Amino acid sequence: MAGLMSGFGGFTHAVVRAIPESLAKEALRTGSLEVDLLKAQKEHDEYVSVLKHRLGLEVVELPADETLPDCVFVEDAAVVCGDTALITRPGAESRRKETEAMKDTLTELGLNIVEMTDESATLDGGDVLFTGREFFVGLSKRTNQRGAEILADTFKDYAVSTVPVQGCLHLKSFCSMAGPDLIAIGSSEAAQKALKIMQQMSDHKYDKLTIPDDLAANCVYMKLPGKGDVLLHCTPEEFPESAKVFEKLKDHMLIPVSNQEKVKVDGALTCCSVLFSKNNNI
Amino acid sequence: MTIFSSGHLSVLCVPGVMTTEVGSETDVKKEPEKVPEVPQQTDPVQTDQPDKPADSDAQPASASAAQQEQENPSAEPESQPEASASPEPSSPPAAGSQKKEKGISRFLPPWLKRQKSLSQEKPPESPTQPKSESLKEEEEQKSEPKDQTDGGGAAAPSTEKTEEVKEVKEVKEVKEVKEVKEEESRPEEVLVEVKDKEEEKSIGSADTQPVREEKEAESEAKEGEEKEKEEEKKKEEEQVIEQETSVLSPLKLNKKMKMVVCHVTLLDGSQFSCEVEKRAKGQYLFFEVCEHLNLLEKDYFSLSFKDNAEQRCWLDPTKEIKRQIRNSQWQFAFSVKFYPPDPSQLTEDITRYLLCLQLRQDIASGRLPCSFVTHALLGSYALQAELGDFDPEEHRLDYISDFQFAPNQTKELEEKVVELHKSHRGMTPAQADAQFLENAKKLSMYGVDLHHAKDSEGVDIMLGVCANGLLIYKDRLRINRFAWPKILKISYKRSNFYIKIRPGEAEQFESTVGFKLPNHRAAKRVWKVCVEHHTFFRLMSPEQPTKAKFLTLGSKFRYSGRTQAQTRQASSLIDRPAPYFQRTSSKRISRSLDGAPMVNVSDYSHAVDSALTAGAGENGPALELNSDSKSPQVEVVEKPNAEVATSVTNESAFETDKGGAAAPERKSKLRVQGENIYVRHSNLMLEDLDKTQEDVLKHQASISELKRSFMEATPEPRPSQWDKRLTGSPATTLRLQAQGSAEVKPEVNGQPEVIEVVEETVVIEEVVKAKPKSPAPEAPVTVETQSAAEVKEERSLSSDSESEEEAEYHAQPPSTSVSVQLIKEEPEEEQEVKLIQQAPPTVVESPPITEAEPSEPAPAAEEEKAAAQPEEEACTDKASAATPDDSPNGHALEGEAPPTLRAVAEETEEEPHIVNGSVSRVETEHLPQVICCSEPPVVKTEMVTISDTFAAQKTEISTKEVPIVHTETKTITYEAAQLDGNGDGEPGVLMTAQTITSESLCTTTTTHITKTLKGGLSETRIEKRIVITGDSDIDHDQALAQAIKEAKEQHPDMSVTRVVVHKETELAEDED
Repeated sequence: MAGLMSGFGGFTHAVVRAIPESLAKEALRTGSLEVDLLKAQKEHDEYVSVLKHRLGLEVVELPADETLPDCVFVEDAAVVCGDTALITRPGAESRRKETEAMKDTLTELGLNIVEMTDESATLDGGDVLFTGREFFVGLSKRTNQRGAEILADTFKDYAVSTVPVQGCLHLKSFCSMAGPDLIAIGSSEAAQKALKIMQQMSDHKYDKLTIPDDLAANCVYMKLPGKGDVLLHCTPEEFPESAKVFEKLKDHMLIPVSNQEKVKVDGALTCCSVLFSKNNNI
Repeated sequence: MTIFSSGHLSVLCVPGVMTTEVGSETDVKKEPEKVPEVPQQTDPVQTDQPDKPADSDAQPASASAAQQEQENPSAEPESQPEASASPEPSSPPAAGSQKKEKGISRFLPPWLKRQKSLSQEKPPESPTQPKSESLKEEEEQKSEPKDQTDGGGAAAPSTEKTEEVKEVKEVKEVKEVKEVKEEESRPEEVLVEVKDKEEEKSIGSADTQPVREEKEAESEAKEGEEKEKEEEKKKEEEQVIEQETSVLSPLKLNKKMKMVVCHVTLLDGSQFSCEVEKRAKGQYLFFEVCEHLNLLEKDYFSLSFKDNAEQRCWLDPTKEIKRQIRNSQWQFAFSVKFYPPDPSQLTEDITRYLLCLQLRQDIASGRLPCSFVTHALLGSYALQAELGDFDPEEHRLDYISDFQFAPNQTKELEEKVVELHKSHRGMTPAQADAQFLENAKKLSMYGVDLHHAKDSEGVDIMLGVCANGLLIYKDRLRINRFAWPKILKISYKRSNFYIKIRPGEAEQFESTVGFKLPNHRAAKRVWKVCVEHHTFFRLMSPEQPTKAKFLTLGSKFRYSGRTQAQTRQASSLIDRPAPYFQRTSSKRISRSLDGAPMVNVSDYSHAVDSALTAGAGENGPALELNSDSKSPQVEVVEKPNAEVATSVTNESAFETDKGGAAAPERKSKLRVQGENIYVRHSNLMLEDLDKTQEDVLKHQASISELKRSFMEATPEPRPSQWDKRLTGSPATTLRLQAQGSAEVKPEVNGQPEVIEVVEETVVIEEVVKAKPKSPAPEAPVTVETQSAAEVKEERSLSSDSESEEEAEYHAQPPSTSVSVQLIKEEPEEEQEVKLIQQAPPTVVESPPITEAEPSEPAPAAEEEKAAAQPEEEACTDKASAATPDDSPNGHALEGEAPPTLRAVAEETEEEPHIVNGSVSRVETEHLPQVICCSEPPVVKTEMVTISDTFAAQKTEISTKEVPIVHTETKTITYEAAQLDGNGDGEPGVLMTAQTITSESLCTTTTTHITKTLKGGLSETRIEKRIVITGDSDIDHDQALAQAIKEAKEQHPDMSVTRVVVHKETELAEDED
């Protein structure tokens, strides 16, 4: 009988999707790096394996769709909070269809589905930071005001504040939750500015964990029975300085996860899964 | 203590009664009968309910007194019968009794005094035999019936308490079945009237009959009005008639109170009707409702009404209802005004229950949006609270169809609700309410008061006022948020609403954000709500509503009730068994008033209720006083400065030791709000609660307006002052260190402790600053001045009066006004306590040359000394941060202080500061004074310092010019060796500072309490300044000895570390 806003990070389920071969060439990217498909797939397998085996989540794996090169980044297709899932309308036209499989899956899993039908609205899940108390929605190239409004309408219990995002793809390209009330934030000016805005907008005082590298500030936090605080974060190979910062979180179960290839197509750790809890449902 | 006084009252009253009766020969025989009754009655009452705050006890007595008073003024022959008629002990206003009352009155709170004084004024003529005889007969009858009704005649009228009053009311409702009963009810009615009086000075209490009549036929209110007109001329006639019918009639004659029936929609949807005097203030009705509800934690609630535009307006408790509602119906809604952020901290279940009802309304109406799941969850708790465990037999699916859980309720939702309801088995109603609230409070829109507006570009937005600040929404999205600490000033002008934002770390200047409201009234409404929320949630105690300035402009509205901190304090004192209350079926809400409760009948523990109300929460009377004190004051500024300084340190403290490790409880200074003094807030209080309160009350009455406003004055931090302080005072250094930013205003992200609450008159300020804002639009000067002059009128005017085109409210950083949350967070640490007892017996004789304003010198002098002393300390014991903070005050003071005062020698050391101070002054309204200040008067001064430790640092200075003024000042400082042993070289951080001033005939005691944080230790320093003013025949030494002795007694655990004697004498008379 969990009430409102309890059990942040207490996920039981994860939805992931396999990497299509088209990702290497066709996936959208802000940079121009080439992706080693095999390496990327291996990375992803490890990622899924951690969720499934090491953490014991119930993982639903969707098959890849070659027509959707970015489909591995399932986070953008849905925002799940409590027992309600908002199926988004991704900002990139080429990704709109990614939501279909997601919707079907989440429906099967028994979530209440809300669809973003407004044609003027766009929202990528990567722009949605849920802190456990409220939402911050990055207004980016992929997400607009209307999309944020619909999100606010969907999750009425929570405050939804908008944060302008400039210079990178998503809000969560430089931040994420690293614990209850703990925001991991990159060091760049843009990241710090966004954090200031978030702090100003919130009635709550969040702790911050400043990570030297913006990309490394995207980590995956969970609180799992028997395991406590769990954090999936960057590897020392990729971001040595940032990894050190994470390693200071003594109370967390720290799991470095490699993300070298996916990051080339702007994929971060949170992008590759939709996490939610079914116990949380009232 | 109050109890005592009340006891006195009753006792005294009794004799008084006797005497009056004795006076009338015919009465004599009957008196004996009465006399025995009275004592018996009074005694039992007191013994039975010793817990009751004296106020409640006192009220009745005073009430009766008030009656008499009022009656007397009209004191034509007709009134005489009344006097005798009011058979009750207190009633007879015999000359002898008057004297006694005088003596007693000292112990009474000011409002009581007033009445008494009135009573004293009464012409002793009252005893007129002819009528009195008949009256007496009636009285006899009365007394008998009373016994019947009261059961054993437990309470003599004078001693009767509010409970009884209510009983009386019931009786009234029963109506005049017997004339006798009417007579009985009289005393009670009197009591009611007294309440009115307390709340409204203007209203005559005498007309009890109208009340009854109206009660009989509520609609007849208008008749009462008509009667009023006729009153005076026809008094006699009426009396005759009335006398025939009942004794009460005479009362009518004096003043007829037109009674109006107010209809109040309660949170459970039921209607409460209540008669109020037509000119009653909002709080009267509010208290009536609270009493009906048996609600003690009432500060979260308020009454609202719909204005002509169907907009919800809050009823200002301090203003007349009539003026607020204008032409609207006398129809009100009782609702939550301040949503407690953490309902679990409420003391009583009944309060939580009412909050639940409000939230259920909010949810059902859509005002508080929530998700499906939350609707279901909250609905299920509501069901559990109202229906108890789910009962499959009784509760079929349709059992909930009458309940409304959501704006658009679906079958699906209802099913979910039922499902959840089943899972709550075993939960008590109170638990269910608590669960309900635990979830509801997390909703993002919980407690957010929304107002439609447009931004500067004309985009539709919503302004949401809440506990933490101002939220800006566009559609459902939060697009900005201004926490109270970020807001420097709130103002409105015409239909625009402005907030001035504290500059961020990297910003140089304050920015002002404007919003366009639909109309002027809407702008003002938002402004008021902001002022109220800021005060309630952010301040420790309300600031004084009005500060007199040379130019006042705009609304003087201030929140005058208790703050959340205060109400929590008060409710922590609630000591009554959980009151029983009926959970009205919410099904009725949609249906209607079948549940309409009995009018004027209150249920349980009224005694406690009323007692607590009287003792703890007299917001009401306080308000009046506040409004009274609008005399222009120079000194006002001084305090503000102090507060600013404090705030600075507070902030730095915060930043340095974030995590609140070492911050001692930041309590605030005592604010003397009219009669309402929240001594409880200061754990440093000099005396036990009651005593202090009483003392303050006592003193309060005699304190001059000037002084009062000085004490309550709200700081007016000006940017320049900040600068000054930063550069000039130790606090500055701290600040800089802590923040490392060039910015003067560091609080940006930090939870700035500093909220500035500055009041109006920005116009001038801006002009002086030559800020970009054009002063022109803001200042129709003529209008402003007028308003200033008409202060009193304005007071009574409805807050909405159109003349108030604009108003401002500066969020201030009163040292006092530590945010509530912060207070909690900070653990109290061990305190190293020092008492600095400063007893400068001074004969202040203002030389004719210096003083411009005759009335001000005395207070000013005091304060100056007060200010000056800290400076001294700063010099001697560099250690304490508190003093450095104070010193700015001192300078400021000096800047403004009347020249005479500046004679004090110590100041020289601080001259640069003084300059600063005066400069900052310049920007304020006090321009005129500033000018005088910069040039110290020519005075011969002498200073002698005796110090074991730091004597060396003192400098002896005398002005170079030959004294023109024949005044001599002498300062002698005695310091204990241990002084500040800990503090050397380590600057402290001021945590809190409070100042209390009390005044008696020839002495004025100013107690300044500062808490400083030095390293990990917090230090409490109490400085008492006792100014003894008088002729040379005063024994100063004795006075000093006495002062020290008292200080030691009051604070056995503290040590006197320093005594400064400062004498000012006229040279001619005696040279010391």
